[in-house]
Amino acid sequence: MSVGYRRDMRWLGGFLVVLLLAPPLLSNNYYLTVLTMCCLNAMTAVGLSLLVGHAGQISLGHAGFYGLGAYTTAALSTTLGVPVGLSMCAGVGVTSGVAALVGLPALKLKGHYLAMATLGFGVILSILFNETVEVTGGPSGFTGIPRLSLFGVEFSSDLSVYYLILAVLGLVVWLSFNILHSRVGRALRALHTSEKAAQAMGIDIARYKLFIFVVSAAFAGLAGVLYAHYLTFIAPASFGFLFSVQLIVMVVLGGMTSVPGTIAGAFFLTVLPEFLRAFENVEILLFGAILILCMMYLPDGLAGGSRRLGRLLWKKMVVRAAKDEADAEAGEGGNG
Amino acid sequence: MAEPLLSCRDVGVRFGGLQALSGVELSAAQGEITAVIGPNGAGKTTLINAISGMVQAQRGVFRLGADDITQAPPHERSRLGLVRTFQNLEIFSNMTVLENVMTGCHARLRVPAWASLLRTRASRAMEKTILNEALEVLDFVGLFELAKYQARDLPFGKQRLLELARALGARPRLLLLDEPAAGLNMSETQVLADLILAVREHFRLGIVLVEHDMDLVMRISDQVVVLCFGQVISRGTPAQVQRDPEVIAAYLGDDED
Repeated sequence: MSVGYRRDMRWLGGFLVVLLLAPPLLSNNYYLTVLTMCCLNAMTAVGLSLLVGHAGQISLGHAGFYGLGAYTTAALSTTLGVPVGLSMCAGVGVTSGVAALVGLPALKLKGHYLAMATLGFGVILSILFNETVEVTGGPSGFTGIPRLSLFGVEFSSDLSVYYLILAVLGLVVWLSFNILHSRVGRALRALHTSEKAAQAMGIDIARYKLFIFVVSAAFAGLAGVLYAHYLTFIAPASFGFLFSVQLIVMVVLGGMTSVPGTIAGAFFLTVLPEFLRAFENVEILLFGAILILCMMYLPDGLAGGSRRLGRLLWKKMVVRAAKDEADAEAGEGGNG
Repeated sequence: MAEPLLSCRDVGVRFGGLQALSGVELSAAQGEITAVIGPNGAGKTTLINAISGMVQAQRGVFRLGADDITQAPPHERSRLGLVRTFQNLEIFSNMTVLENVMTGCHARLRVPAWASLLRTRASRAMEKTILNEALEVLDFVGLFELAKYQARDLPFGKQRLLELARALGARPRLLLLDEPAAGLNMSETQVLADLILAVREHFRLGIVLVEHDMDLVMRISDQVVVLCFGQVISRGTPAQVQRDPEVIAAYLGDDED
């Protein structure tokens, strides 16, 4: 168990080092923006993978939580003039609170019904973002959100914001690994496989479902508040049903239960549309196609796929080395 | 006899128009093995479900030691020391053998969720304790060598042992075994019988056992309760029950009918 934890920590360390060193290699600011968006999406996707991949529950409303965080902090800091640090905390707090209220009844449902309930919740939030024009600015968006500043430090450059968001992503991944390598993680995986057996082991399944739902929504809210103050402009289109589906695709593509896989899935699906800008609307078709191909050829996602590829290469190399050796020996025998 | 560890009084369970159990009385003492037997459809598994709280009984009072557990949900009953296994295996197939047993320790060895989240010193120490206790239990049932394997890769007989090990991880006061020998061959059943006796000796707990295998029941039980059509038709020592004409009639059919 702790061996697995150490391996995951090494992975996290390597991942952070690579992303710390990445910015100077990027030729322009646009790539830095894409990379920052990758980190934000990864934050939300990792939270969602805890809920979907490990606890076996589903949420089609996570874009709503992401938007709720963004709009809460935007309204508080811009309209009411609350300091940014405080309004960000409030954004995460409100998101968690709403998740608890929604999760309490919704998590009694299973499978398709839970999917429908969370979908409905996402749609309701999306309508609220569009219609409450006085608060959210409506379909044309919310402008003039103050830039990030925490504890009196102004994050004025895009690079400094990127490093902050990377640090928060690191924190989210660390917390996720902590959960997974503890009794809480085991309880989640247990209720995923057999709710009956989990109960028989004294696991309060309703409580654990709610716990992970709230944690997962809080991660989405955290990404949302950072997003709002990073872009200083938000619009309801970013928090619609399509984004909820994209988040699920990131998790599935990543391999459901693998945190590194989910991050890879989030990065891939964030970068891909940027390259496909030229072909409008192909993006949606591609998401569908990737999901289908993933189900057909990579049932265990990017994480499982790369593991299998690694094993295959290893086998090829070892087998070839062994064969070469045998050939060499046979050759010697023939000579002698 | 002192106060029984488990006492069920006047238990009634109804599924729609079917009276699955009516007026069932059952008590089990610490250090004793109580077997529940009966023909197919007699209500044995329903009784286990009612005791463990997985089926809500419409009538009856359940007590575990001094606690009234009639209203308690399943996980609460488990925390109080009433732990069960399942007839159709319910192992956590997505975990290793070791993690299965560690999950068994869930309710007993605990730290708050936030401590796990932040991986505090207390939570790390607790993880270590859980690991060691789980390894001890695995050693006890003879699965120590298989600790690192995925549970789903184990052969059926070993999965049964794993269910038992997982339940023992919770250190129950009363262990409910739902047909532990179902699907096992003769030598595996033999090993299981010895193991159940060893469990009683080592953990000093009460065991309630639902079982079809009569040899097993007669060999290890102290007390046998016979169910037929949801009612208790006989109870006593294995020898007494075997001689009871009502029991013989229930199993073999009544000649006079």
